[in-house]
Amino acid sequence: MTEPAIQVEHLSKAYTLGVRDRGYTTLREALTSTLAAPVRRLASLARGGLDGGSQPFLALDDVSFEIAPGESVGIIGRNGAGKSTILKMLSRITEPSSGTIAIRGRVASLLEVGTGFHPELTGRENVYLNGSLLGMRRAEIARKFDEIVAFSEVEAFLDTPVKRYSSGMYVRLAFAVAAHLEPEILIVDEVLAVGDAAFQQKCLGKMQDVGRGGRTVLFVSHNMAAITRLCPRTLLLRHGRLAFDGPALEGVHAYLADGVAPGGLEWELASVARRLDAYGERARVRALTLEPLDGRRSFRVGEPLRLRVTFDARAALPSAGIGIGIDDLYGNRLATFNSHERGVVTAVDRDASATIALAVPCPSLHAGRYSLSCAVTDGGQLLDFVPQAASFEIEPIDLETGQHVEPSPGAGPMALPCVWTVA
Amino acid sequence: MTAAASAVATPPVRVYRRRRGWIAVEWRELWEFRELLLFLAWRDITVRYKQTALGAAWAVLQPALTMVVFTLLFGRLAHLPSDGLPYPIFVYAGLLPWTFFANAVTSSSNSLVNSANLITKVYFPRVIVPLAAVAAGLVDLAVAFLLLGVLLLWYHVPLTPMLSLLPLMVIGTVVAAVAVGTILSALTVTYRDFRYVVPFTVQLWMYATPVMYATAAVPVRWRLWYAINPMAGMTDGFRAAVLGRAPLWPVVGISSLSAIIALGVGIAYFQRVERRFVDIV
Repeated sequence: MTEPAIQVEHLSKAYTLGVRDRGYTTLREALTSTLAAPVRRLASLARGGLDGGSQPFLALDDVSFEIAPGESVGIIGRNGAGKSTILKMLSRITEPSSGTIAIRGRVASLLEVGTGFHPELTGRENVYLNGSLLGMRRAEIARKFDEIVAFSEVEAFLDTPVKRYSSGMYVRLAFAVAAHLEPEILIVDEVLAVGDAAFQQKCLGKMQDVGRGGRTVLFVSHNMAAITRLCPRTLLLRHGRLAFDGPALEGVHAYLADGVAPGGLEWELASVARRLDAYGERARVRALTLEPLDGRRSFRVGEPLRLRVTFDARAALPSAGIGIGIDDLYGNRLATFNSHERGVVTAVDRDASATIALAVPCPSLHAGRYSLSCAVTDGGQLLDFVPQAASFEIEPIDLETGQHVEPSPGAGPMALPCVWTVA
Repeated sequence: MTAAASAVATPPVRVYRRRRGWIAVEWRELWEFRELLLFLAWRDITVRYKQTALGAAWAVLQPALTMVVFTLLFGRLAHLPSDGLPYPIFVYAGLLPWTFFANAVTSSSNSLVNSANLITKVYFPRVIVPLAAVAAGLVDLAVAFLLLGVLLLWYHVPLTPMLSLLPLMVIGTVVAAVAVGTILSALTVTYRDFRYVVPFTVQLWMYATPVMYATAAVPVRWRLWYAINPMAGMTDGFRAAVLGRAPLWPVVGISSLSAIIALGVGIAYFQRVERRFVDIV
């Protein structure tokens, strides 16, 4: 019986809320706070509690799991669920507040592409610096240097400062260094969210090789397609707790259903946190409502996909529109609809709201579960975006005939209209 | 190496949990990361001079120009005692260790805050960051030695066996810089006030160090207190070694002791607060 490569027991991490804002960031506060401590203590005693002050926030709350050597495990969860906190503790960057982590094997963690890259240094110099930061020996980097450069495809610019690189070149070089680490345990955080599609495929391939090479891989991503492709097993985190530990597909299902009432048709989105940064300032998606026929809770095969989106304008929007994306459970985009591309826009006053409806007469989707992403645009410019805002089910029942129509496994998501003839 | 690793059935287990109180330095781990220290120091130097027209000449210019100003002000106008030596070479021999110390302390105290992007993304013994900042200053010190050589020839100051004291004085200055640098770097992470306190303090500190005047100018009854400043003895010893004079041994002795104690305190304090850095930086 081999010992687990990673053994996590009752792991918790507490942060004191507001530590950044009013923690001991200045000496004056530290001094006054020390002097005031006895007074505060008395005051809180008088209120009837000893620790009446700041409430700790549990970024991670009593999480336990084991990972066998050679296993590839995906960690998924909404923003703030504790994914990064777990990776940081496994990488020794931050200490647990309680609980233990036992690790067997050399760990390399990639929490960022190009950690320590300095813009003034050349590509060559940065390869050495970055490799050294990731725990490689100088001799090891020198030995693999040609391989790293070949993988990165930036040979011609090796002696150019990286500040003159395109972002694609930068990412390729950075990932190339990391890809040539030879740890027994590899920890990767969302690094594939960068770079062009072709390079992402290359990175995924490289990570698959790492996994097949008998190494343990721990992988955090919002890209469900990458998760299901790389990892047979997933851990789903929800508000700092381990909500699911098991086969990847089930985990992804649970993730997409997170925060959504089962079979619900209305999604309240005004306060959803998983927006992209800086979005939602001028306009905000408020709600998304699905409208299956006959008051049902789900759609049927061949049924028009009907939905409406309500949004609030926080500034005057002269030509506001809506964008809807349909994704499969792996996070692959199947179709995108933008109202402004069809000339459907509306002027919305500041602090007013508007609703735009979409009907896809023949969605051509097989039975299954799909997720919807939702955006507000003005003049074609993206103002708010909620990825995986809602999910819906298409039952394996034909709308016209009422018959059961189960798609054969691996048939793909589309049920396009077609005509067969024997010629 | 890979073959050896896979031959072992189970690699040794490392357990991480919350540590409390004073934490011992993991010397072996620090040794394993020695290359990173050199890389970080090398990065500091390379980046510093990359887009400057004069490059490493700045390492000479900074003490050289200070020497000129001090010579005019204190040598010519104020007639500060210089042990009977020409004032320019007297003051330059003091400026060498002092400039190194001042720059090392200033850059290492900011080093952790400036390396926030590293500290939050990758693990290595944190003490490497202020150490690398001090190490980078050593290169400037070496460059500044060139002008000292020129001055020695110009003023016909012969080298004497006292020169053998020089490596010890350089080591002592490094110890003092590391001691003060580690404490200040840790304090700067927690209290950003130190970003303003440090440059100002370093400026004042020079007056408590025999840079522009001779140590012998300090009244005897004050000397023991004076020597608690580790840079007092180091600067005195450094100058004595280079210019072939006898140092004030009691001052050098107390300063050495003081530097070593400061180093112990600095490392201990750093180790104690190190684990909090990433959560507040």
